[in-house]
Amino acid sequence: MAKILVLAELKEGVVQKVALELVSKARTLGEVTAVVLGTGAGAQAAILGEYGAQTVLISEDAAYTTYLAEPGAETLAYLIEQIAPSLVLIGGTYDGRDIAGRVNAKLGSGVITDAGEISFEGGALKVTVPWYSATTIVDVTSPSNAPLVMVKPKTFAAEKLEGAAVPTVEKISFTPSDKSKRARILETVMEKSEGPSLEEANVVISGGRGLKDAKNFELLHKLAEPLNAAVGATRAVVDSGWVSYSMQVGQTGKTVKPNVYIAVGISGAIQHTVGMKGSKNIIAINTDEEAPIFKVSDLGIVGDSLKILPALTEELKKRRG
Amino acid sequence: MKIVVCVKQVPITTGTNKIDPNTLRIVREGVDAELDPADEYGIEAALQLIEAQGGEITLVSMGPDRAIEAIRRGLAMGADKAIHISDPALSGSDALTTARILAAAIKRVNPDLVICATESSDAYTGIVPAGIAQLLDIPQLTFAKKLTVENGKATIQRQIEGGYQTVEASLPALVTVTGSINEPRYPALKGIMQAKKKPVETLTAADLGFATSEVGSAGAKERVLGWNPAPQRQAGVLIKDDGNAAVAIADYLQKLKVI
Repeated sequence: MAKILVLAELKEGVVQKVALELVSKARTLGEVTAVVLGTGAGAQAAILGEYGAQTVLISEDAAYTTYLAEPGAETLAYLIEQIAPSLVLIGGTYDGRDIAGRVNAKLGSGVITDAGEISFEGGALKVTVPWYSATTIVDVTSPSNAPLVMVKPKTFAAEKLEGAAVPTVEKISFTPSDKSKRARILETVMEKSEGPSLEEANVVISGGRGLKDAKNFELLHKLAEPLNAAVGATRAVVDSGWVSYSMQVGQTGKTVKPNVYIAVGISGAIQHTVGMKGSKNIIAINTDEEAPIFKVSDLGIVGDSLKILPALTEELKKRRG
Repeated sequence: MKIVVCVKQVPITTGTNKIDPNTLRIVREGVDAELDPADEYGIEAALQLIEAQGGEITLVSMGPDRAIEAIRRGLAMGADKAIHISDPALSGSDALTTARILAAAIKRVNPDLVICATESSDAYTGIVPAGIAQLLDIPQLTFAKKLTVENGKATIQRQIEGGYQTVEASLPALVTVTGSINEPRYPALKGIMQAKKKPVETLTAADLGFATSEVGSAGAKERVLGWNPAPQRQAGVLIKDDGNAAVAIADYLQKLKVI
């Protein structure tokens, strides 16, 4: 049976949702070993078991939470050599990418990023990857012994395994070297955010260049209130410095799959639509009748968003009473 | 201070890029290309450091002969010189080979600071910078939205989910920058004229000590098996706003039971 190693990331001592998504997928491919690094790791073993991890390897060494990438990369590389898995699954997150890049260079692993479906066909790995303009789905394999496969959050569903056995928990007998303690995290500042996160929201409202000015983003936030929505943005808007990178939806940003996606002033470049076209219902507002966004929208409105947004916000408040 | 900025020429994305059925690679010939806009932030960040503290900027780029156009644009912005690794054998290289080649070229410069974009705008694997840092055996400071360098240390504000982290490391170090770090300058006419005379060293894989068999498609750890067109969504209703758009959207949202 294939051995699947999953790097289960912690955030403030809690296992991230993407880790549960990866474990849920991994259990359909083989025997799952999850790796949890950092303060609070031990307490998270049980939940990983509920999603199908048979073995959970933990280390509570403070280095993982104090220093970027290197202690984690050293440890993961050590474990890959020890365990010789058929596949290593890593979340396409900030920390996941940092660690994967270093492990790849250390072991010569080979990395497949942005994985869609993952399977073994006749023992050979096959991963689908949306390529380039994402109009094409490419099947990729790796000749490497333990390839790293990176998966963006929300690619797979996190589903508990019925009748899951209690996992075997083992302490990792590896201590990060002093040399790995180079990029020190001095402080972590969480910016106050109202409402749900982009990944979790039932409704997402994103803005593009068509909003004309950074200050008009406020109109999206106002509409987000009655809908309890999260606000996202296109790369063009993020690159213009209107909003932060963490709000970017698309090829180089986040993938979102909400119930309702409202695209405001977004032309619909393929780099954006790849990150949102999995949404159940898409509403688009744009002044340009020819905008490609209307090719993927369920309800398209040709009109001026600066006028429509305030009117819609009022209308929703009225209906909500 | 010696700074290396990694840059790449990318096809101008139109959403109509094609795959060559024989090589299973993206067709780059005959497609307009430019300096990756994501790299301009790194060049700008380097220029601001050099203008304040003195030093020299070397651009390092791996790409075909015509990538020189993108390199010249970076030089026109104000970088001092460049290393261009151009070799047909490198065609089809994966992220690891790219990191190996770039790291080998960067070693020749022996910089205090290496700056990269968080990811390129065409392949966007986002793992090459960490690979370079590992191969150069230096720390990495990633997803910077702010960068300061003083007293032999680089400090960044690192974008994370829902906030940021302040992270520091002693030089030499590698930094990846996001689009929110600065507003890149446009090359002035004077800069464009000067760029033509700035030194560009052209190297092959062999010059950097690599055999043809370990780079390009031959050395890649990723193999394309085949491809299929992605499923397309069907377009829905399109209405022109005659003053009732807000009501139409509200009705739709109500039907979906989100209000």
